[in-house]
Parts: sequence; structure tokens; C-alpha cells
Amino acid sequence: MARNDSGGGRTVFVNARLIDPASGLDAAGSLTVEDGHIASVRPGDKLAAHTDAEIIDCGGHLLCPGLIDAQVFAGEPGFEHRESLGSASRAAAAGGVTTMICRPDTDPVIDEAALVDYFARRARDTAVVHAYPMAALTQGLEGIVMTEIGLLSEAGAIAFTDGITPVANPEVMRQALTYARNFDALVVARPMDRQLAAGGVMNEGEISARLGLPGAAAAAEVIMVERDMRLVELTGARIHVGQISAAASLEVISRTKTAGHDVTCGVSINNLVLNENDIGPYRTFFKLVPPLRAEDERRAMAEGIATGAIDIIVSDHDPQDADTKRRPFIDAAFGAVGLETLLPAALSLHHNEEIGLMPLLAALTINPARIFGLDAGRLSPDAPADLVLIDLNRPWAVEPGTLASKCKNTPFEGRMMQGYALMTMVQGRNVFTRKGW
Amino acid sequence: MTSRTTPPLPGYPRRHLLGIEGLSAPEITALLDSADAWVEKSRGPDKKHDLLRGRTQINLFFEASTRTQSSFELAGKRLGADVVNMALRSSSISKGETLIDTAMTLNAMRPDILVIRHGAAGAVELLSQKVDCAVINAGDGAHEHPTQALLDALTIRRHKGRIEGLTIAICGDITHSRVARSNLLALTALGARVRLVAPLTLLPPAADRLGVEICTRLEDGLEGADVVMMLRLQQERMDSALVPSAREYFRFFGLDHAKLAFAKPDAIVMHPGPMNRGVEIDSAVADDARSVIREQVEIGVAVRMAVLVALNANMQARP
Repeated sequence: MARNDSGGGRTVFVNARLIDPASGLDAAGSLTVEDGHIASVRPGDKLAAHTDAEIIDCGGHLLCPGLIDAQVFAGEPGFEHRESLGSASRAAAAGGVTTMICRPDTDPVIDEAALVDYFARRARDTAVVHAYPMAALTQGLEGIVMTEIGLLSEAGAIAFTDGITPVANPEVMRQALTYARNFDALVVARPMDRQLAAGGVMNEGEISARLGLPGAAAAAEVIMVERDMRLVELTGARIHVGQISAAASLEVISRTKTAGHDVTCGVSINNLVLNENDIGPYRTFFKLVPPLRAEDERRAMAEGIATGAIDIIVSDHDPQDADTKRRPFIDAAFGAVGLETLLPAALSLHHNEEIGLMPLLAALTINPARIFGLDAGRLSPDAPADLVLIDLNRPWAVEPGTLASKCKNTPFEGRMMQGYALMTMVQGRNVFTRKGW
Repeated sequence: MTSRTTPPLPGYPRRHLLGIEGLSAPEITALLDSADAWVEKSRGPDKKHDLLRGRTQINLFFEASTRTQSSFELAGKRLGADVVNMALRSSSISKGETLIDTAMTLNAMRPDILVIRHGAAGAVELLSQKVDCAVINAGDGAHEHPTQALLDALTIRRHKGRIEGLTIAICGDITHSRVARSNLLALTALGARVRLVAPLTLLPPAADRLGVEICTRLEDGLEGADVVMMLRLQQERMDSALVPSAREYFRFFGLDHAKLAFAKPDAIVMHPGPMNRGVEIDSAVADDARSVIREQVEIGVAVRMAVLVALNANMQARP
């Protein structure tokens, strides 16, 4: 839901390295914000002549569109002990994320227009960044009857998904996709054959064998991706495959894309920078859906972002309290927080030269904006002033205690990072400034 | 030959009426012209005629029906036929052999005209191959309902003076509607421009190959329409998850005055009945002056009389 209270007045960012993946711009320059919108972008002009404006000297740091995170569990309604729109949005701001797209598997499930209204109101009153709700694709996430996609779209649902409980019945999925097409609604699929993956707590393979843990084979994902791509061919619907983790899934999606279908896909930052070896001695913060895979799968995901075959990166922010994580691996909850570490973890892929800065940032800004139909993610006049100023190189260590999220279940606990957000602006309002900057 | 023997109806020389498919425009027009005359004759106090005296008409309904069955019954009785209604539950009869056995049994009773409704597409044609009498299709599955299409065409013609060149929007559950199929065949044969308007889940695959325009928004489909034909949305479409809810259906595909405003100011509103008020049609529209829904029922009897007369005459003309 777009915030209405734009920051008034004029702010000028000078001495910045402007990066705009939408236009390919990467140049030193300055940028002016007026009334919540970008008024001008001036590569080459590092200094500004304004006198009546607030001047921010970027010190050569990188200024780019704020990040859009398309997979966030924000806790509301029903799980406020884990997260709230307020706490999630503060974590987002600290991580340079200016737009959160939130999961509908709340309590109650967001499957009615009234709940979309509720979400919008709470976001407006408590969140410091933009927050948009996805709605359930089927009523109660039961996989039987589709939701009121027309009424929910009108109320402001940005996409439709049954999340990690994907619709098992292919006929129900077919009709939901067909009906969604009627309203040009986006369906987000999280592919997993639940029977095949049943009981799996990590990737199936050598490590699961050594740890004595039940595994979920990559095939459980690939089979579902295959099915959904066939349904796209049948229905002509638009689908975004939210999170893939296997090279074979990407192959199937790329084939469908090449055939001219309106298909996109994403990957979690966790599957880009971590692998199953990180689980080590049963560390439950690495228990995720989809599971961390083998290193060759991780490399295929990174290559997918580098080449553009994978469109977006998400944090898959999923706060879990200590109660549900401090358990034997097999009993622990799935999920990790990620809003605040999304950008630094992504930058590690730039620093180790796996992914160029431009495709990396495109997957975090303009690509999700296009897929979800948001007026955001670009540095151009009239675009909303959703911006992040990034120090690319500053080394720091992740200390869970300092994270803004209500839960501290980060797989990056103690990890050395390089680079982070210095300042985050949402519609012209400064919503985060790093201490000491 | 008795004095009641009539020559075959010029222009409709067939033994049965199994569907609109394959009928030519002159054949359809011949039936409409004949029916038009029966409308006037039925408005007088003396409704009884004897063109079908001595004939036996069996209404064989494998699916429950109130209005179609009574319409055929009235039509037959007004023409002097002996009318027998037989209600059979198709669900309790296994298809195939048993259906044909039923036909053979009925045939042995020597009826002259069989009016048949059956839940399976093609069942009426199958029965027609096994009997010696004339057969009228009163609806077979989601295939055809030819007398409904004829009565709709005549209703339109009486209001608009023509059918050729009119823009006619057929709106609602197209996939499961025999009314929609028969109507689009009849109306396109007569030169109308037909639009099918429905959510994509209620349009048959490849609907765009049917020679009609497809619209997935009611407002688009009604733009400039001369005739708005609404179809019934059955509860089972919601049970089988083709539509999420009645309220969503009404919001986007229900005909209310705001959406009707997209049609021509003199557009007429039709519905084959029975209506779901508040689902596919707003009460205010159903009872509006532009609604011809009750007139459709009256014309239905006249159309069925015309068909009975034509088939009876053709039967007598056969050696």
C-alpha cells in the first residue's frame, strides 16, 4: 500500500555513484528529490547549486532505487509475536528495502477483501516502508475453491499465492490460472510436490544421509515446476515462480519463457549464498523451504541471476521465535529472517565476482517492480523517491541482537559481511540512517 | 388421408428437430414465420385447434424440467394431440443399451412425436435413430436446445423487426449452456453479430473458433449491444470451483443498470429462465421495461406449436 505522506521539501544527493539498473546508468552524479518524487537525475553533475535544499553528500557511495522484496512474512494478522508490519518495515528500512510484498498465510488467511483492507490500513499506520499484500489463491489455502480474485484485486491484493502449500489438484490450479487471467492477476507459485517432499527437512543427498535426516529431493520441486509450466501453456496465464532452488527447475522455466509465455522466477538469497554444507551440526537456522541444496545447484542459481534467467532475488523473510527453532533439527520450524541481510548478502556475490553489480541490483529493484506492476525500482524523474544509499565495502559482522526484526533467526549469525545500507528513503522520507554515518 | 392432413411446411422438410446445427437460414425463418402466426392465434379466447387430433405426443424428460415440459405440453394440447408426460431419472438408468431399450419400448407404443430431454449430449440423436416417429430435442446435455433458440430469435425479431445486423451479447456460463450453443448457431445463421461474454473459466476452450466475438468483461461485451441475453449460473459451477462466489460473479458478470448502460438505450434483456436474481441479473433489471423475459415464455409455446405442426405435416407427407 503506497504511503501518502510524502516527505515535503527538497533534498539533493550530491557526490553519489548513481546506479539505475532500469536504464543501465552507472555514473557519478547528483539526484534531486522533491515532494516525495525524484525531480532530476544528473549524471556527471556531482555538485548541486541549490541553496534552499537539504544537501546530502554521498561521499561517492552508491545511490540506487530502494530494494523490493517480494517474499516477506510480516506476521499480521495473527502472528504478531513473531513479527508485525512495523517491526518488519524497520528491518526492511535498515536493509535498504523500500517495498515489502507480504505472504497471505497469516491467521486468518488473507483470502477476503476485508482482510486486504485491514492489511492496507495497518501498513499505512505502522509501516515505514511500502507494504503490499498477496492474497491466497484458494480459499483458506485449502487448494479447493479459488478466492475472489476480482474483488481481492480491486481491494489491492498485488498477487495470488498459496505459498508453501501449493495447489495439489491440477484442475483446480488450471481453473484458478484461467480465472486469474480474466483479471490479469499475477499468480505466484512456490513449487513443491507435497507428497514427494513429505517429511523432508533438508536437501536429499549425501549430507542428509550422513546426518540421518529425511530429505526432500529436488525432483519434488522440478515436477511441480513442470506441471505449472504445462498449465501456463494450456491457459495462457501469467505466473511467477516465487522461489526455485534447482538447476533443472530453471531449465524448465527458461524453456517456457523462450516459447514466449509470460513466466518469471525468483530465488531466495539463502539459496544464492548458502548450501547444504552450512547446516553443519544440525543448525536449525539453516532449515529452510526450499531447502539449501548442493553447491552446484547454488552456483546454477547465481549464474541464473548473472545471466538474467532468474528474474528476482527475495529475502524469504520468515521470522521464527527461539521456541520453534531451538529444537532438534527434525522438529524445528522452517525459515529465516532476511530483510536486513538481503542487501549485504547479495553484495557478497558481487565481491566474490559471481554476479555483476548491475544484474544483481536489477534483480532487487526494477525486475520485481515490473513483475508486480509497481511504480518503483528506477531512478528517473517522476518516479517515487524510494532510494537506498549503499556503502559497498564497509566490513561488519552480523550480530543478531542488533537486528530490527522481532526474531533473530538469521543464518548469517556472526558472518562477516562487506557493505550495507547507509540511508534509506521512502517517498522522500528518510526512514533509516546508519549510526555513525 | 383426412381433412386434417396438411402439406409439409414449405421450407422445413425435415423429420426431426434435433438441433439448430445444419439448419439453413430459410428453414429457421420458415419456423419463425409459422410461430409468429401462432402467437396471435393463442392470444384469443379460443386456443384449441385440431391439427394434431389423434396424434400421440410423449414428453420424455430424463432431466427435471418445469417450464420447457409444460410449454411442450400446452403446445401439444392446444393443437389437439394426446400428450403423455414421462419423467425418467437419467441418473438411475445406465446409458447405452438401457437408453436404447427405453426407446424401443416407447416406439412399441406407437407415438407420433417424441419430445426428449436428456442430460447427455448426443443422447436425443441416438434415440431418434431407434424410433419411427418424429423427435424434438428439448435439450441434450450442454449440446443443443433448439426450440429455446427459435423462441429467442422470434422474440428478438418481434422487438427489433429483424435479426440480421444486430449485435447480440450472450453472457454467462457458455461452457455448460445448450441455450448458448443453439442460440449462437441460430443467430449467426440469421446474420447477427454474436458476442460471447463470460469469465474465461466459463468459456469453452477454443471458443474463439466458433465464429463469434469473445469478451471477458461484461462492460466490453455489452458495448453497443442491441440484445443482452443472460444465462443462468448454476450453483454447481461454484461447487466445482469455476467461479469463486456468487457475490464476485454478480460484481463482475451480473447484469445491473450500471452495466446495462453500456448497451444501446433500446436494448432488450433476455433470460431463458429460471433466473438467479442477484447472481447473474439484478432484480431491478429483470423487472425493467426493457426486459422481455416473460414474453419469451409466451413465445415459447407458439414456437413449439409451429414445430409440432411442421413435423406432423412432414410425417404425413412421407410415403
